[in-house]
Amino acid sequence: MKLSILVNEGPYQHQAADTAIQFTKAAVARGHEIFRVFFYHDGVNNGTRFAVPPQDDRNITAQWTALAEEHNLDLVLCIAAAQRRGILDENEAKRQGKDGNNIAPGFRISGLGQLIEAGIQSDRLVIFGD
Amino acid sequence: MAMLHTINKSPFERRTLDAALRHAVKGSGILLIEDGVYAAFDGTIVADKVKAAMADHEIYVLGPDVSARGMSEEHVINGVKIVDYDGFVDLVTQYDKVQSWL
Repeated sequence: MKLSILVNEGPYQHQAADTAIQFTKAAVARGHEIFRVFFYHDGVNNGTRFAVPPQDDRNITAQWTALAEEHNLDLVLCIAAAQRRGILDENEAKRQGKDGNNIAPGFRISGLGQLIEAGIQSDRLVIFGD
Repeated sequence: MAMLHTINKSPFERRTLDAALRHAVKGSGILLIEDGVYAAFDGTIVADKVKAAMADHEIYVLGPDVSARGMSEEHVINGVKIVDYDGFVDLVTQYDKVQSWL
């Protein structure tokens, strides 16, 4: 089946980001196609490569990146949510006149249309949040 | 088939389980995850409500979230089905739609 995932909560808040990763891993392992993982609201905080969690703690962003690389996942951050929270890619940093970008590998920034498309194209949209 | 409702907050903290049970039609599935798993334990003040709901709904609980809270299968209400993440994925595909009560 074709599944999409919506993540509305940042990492290290409650548990939604962890649950979303575990669910995505299991779905891929069971042979389902992940059409897209869309990060909205505080969920965009999953996509900053500047996060440095303690060494004995899980690195949620690195887990997403590894999963994306291994299974060629499309990880999309909502642009408006990302700009509010200081998450920028190279293009956006240039456009906004900022001195650097912080998006993590495997993620890209795009608009809400990508969420709508995911909802239309997928058999199921599973939402994880606060 | 009907809808799968996921509940991720403790029934002692939020009213999402009540809200879901009020709206879920007969034959819907209720999946308790994260702090929602507290609704699956026997001997609490919500246990009777959950047992009553089992007449109309299959109730599932995410096993890894049960053990993450220091609880085990023996604490889970009889008849509540324990699933792992693979089982979570299977439920999502078995039911027509998924409603996350956040």
